[in-house]
Amino acid sequence: MRKIFLLFILSCCFASASFAQADSLMNMLNDVPAKNEATTATFKATRIIDGSSVENLASGVLDFRIDHRFGDINDVKNFFGIDNATTKLALDYGVTKWLMVGLGHGVFNKEDDGFVKIKLLKQKKTGMPVTVSYVGAMSVQTTPAPSLPAGDTWLFTNRLYYTNQILIARKFSDALSLQLMPTIVHYNLVDSSKFSNNTIAIGIGGRVKVSKRIAITGEYYFRVTNADMLYNGQPTYNSLSVGIDIETGGHVFQLMLTNSQGITERTFIGQTTDSWAKGDIHLGFNISRVFTIVKPKEFRENKGSW
Amino acid sequence: MKKVIITGLLIAAATSSLFAQKYMTRTGRINFDVTAPSSPEKVAAVNNEVASIMDAKSGDIVFQVLIKSFKFERELMKEHFNENYMESDKYPKSEFKGTVANISAINFSRDGAYKVKVSGKLTIHGITNDVSVPGTLSVKGNTVSAKAVFPVVLKDYKIDIPSLVADKLNKQATITLDCDLTQK
Repeated sequence: MRKIFLLFILSCCFASASFAQADSLMNMLNDVPAKNEATTATFKATRIIDGSSVENLASGVLDFRIDHRFGDINDVKNFFGIDNATTKLALDYGVTKWLMVGLGHGVFNKEDDGFVKIKLLKQKKTGMPVTVSYVGAMSVQTTPAPSLPAGDTWLFTNRLYYTNQILIARKFSDALSLQLMPTIVHYNLVDSSKFSNNTIAIGIGGRVKVSKRIAITGEYYFRVTNADMLYNGQPTYNSLSVGIDIETGGHVFQLMLTNSQGITERTFIGQTTDSWAKGDIHLGFNISRVFTIVKPKEFRENKGSW
Repeated sequence: MKKVIITGLLIAAATSSLFAQKYMTRTGRINFDVTAPSSPEKVAAVNNEVASIMDAKSGDIVFQVLIKSFKFERELMKEHFNENYMESDKYPKSEFKGTVANISAINFSRDGAYKVKVSGKLTIHGITNDVSVPGTLSVKGNTVSAKAVFPVVLKDYKIDIPSLVADKLNKQATITLDCDLTQK
């Protein structure tokens, strides 16, 4: 009896040892402390709607963008604004993980623009609570020079505009991300000498994910100074946009309603002459298609192996 | 005397697992290919940070991979993989806990290759299924190379394929595992 009892205990020991072993092996693997990884996908695209988000393109990735803004939605004669569409074509490129550059041309004001976006800080699981980026942009208005009295010259510098922006974003949860954008736009030429050449604005933007592939977005730029600025003699309004991000395979499709027809910072922040209150709203969309130009190093060699 | 022997046996039994020969790696390689035949682009990724431990005596073997460590040719694919398919913030790891069925047939002191059958529990996307996978274990010096190729049906792990990309993604992924475990 005693022998049987002992045998039983012995076999229990062996059994439990081997049963618990896979788990204890797994525990040995878990000895390594978890990485404090940077937050990913705070926003789906490199733009929230009109303005930049803290998202950068990965290095070696080229983004071909087609941005469209229709005319005023209350312009019934022009088929609810659809006949008055303006387009912006742009190419953005991820130079490194933290540096992104872009060039674009927009029909609105015949504007050429370029920008750099630099990631300064990354939100981490523990520690850094926000992602911070800098955006510097410049644009040239290429509309024909106005007719001037003889002897006057229309300086090229009259066509230039500069934007400096800090983006501060936090992904609060999978569903909610918010971003603050303190911005200075410098207008080399303003309507009248009574307006400052610098407009200071604070932007706030965000997204709420409603499903894995669809998010509702919003963006508002509040002008702290120069809010009374006229543009081509017309009063200007703060830019407010609401949109939907729809993600498909290699595209992000952004649909929006906005009172800004321009797509560069200088136009939508300081030169928005339409107002939501009057119903001068524009329907628009951004399409982004990315191409991998430089493959990650893991994929450059042994191409045929798998 | 008898008691001493029994006590000795008990201790031996309890500690045998601690002193057993173990093989380990943290730089194993795993890749998957889920490209549909009709897809114009390859949907595949590689992970070079597979952690694994095998007990040469009991045949117990575990694998663990961090989902975020999978590398893709296209960054956007990686983002979608983590965000939409694997939900890697919620389920950061995939793991396998199992046993090599015929471990006693392997002579770890001599170089050679052995066909093995490994069965156990595979956890992906928070879902655990029993799997049984054929593979090879090759002994060379104090290294054991574990190799296996096996399919994983996405539906079994509740990984949804939206109809929009149904022509690009296969319903099952082909997993290729290649780990060199060294004696600890």
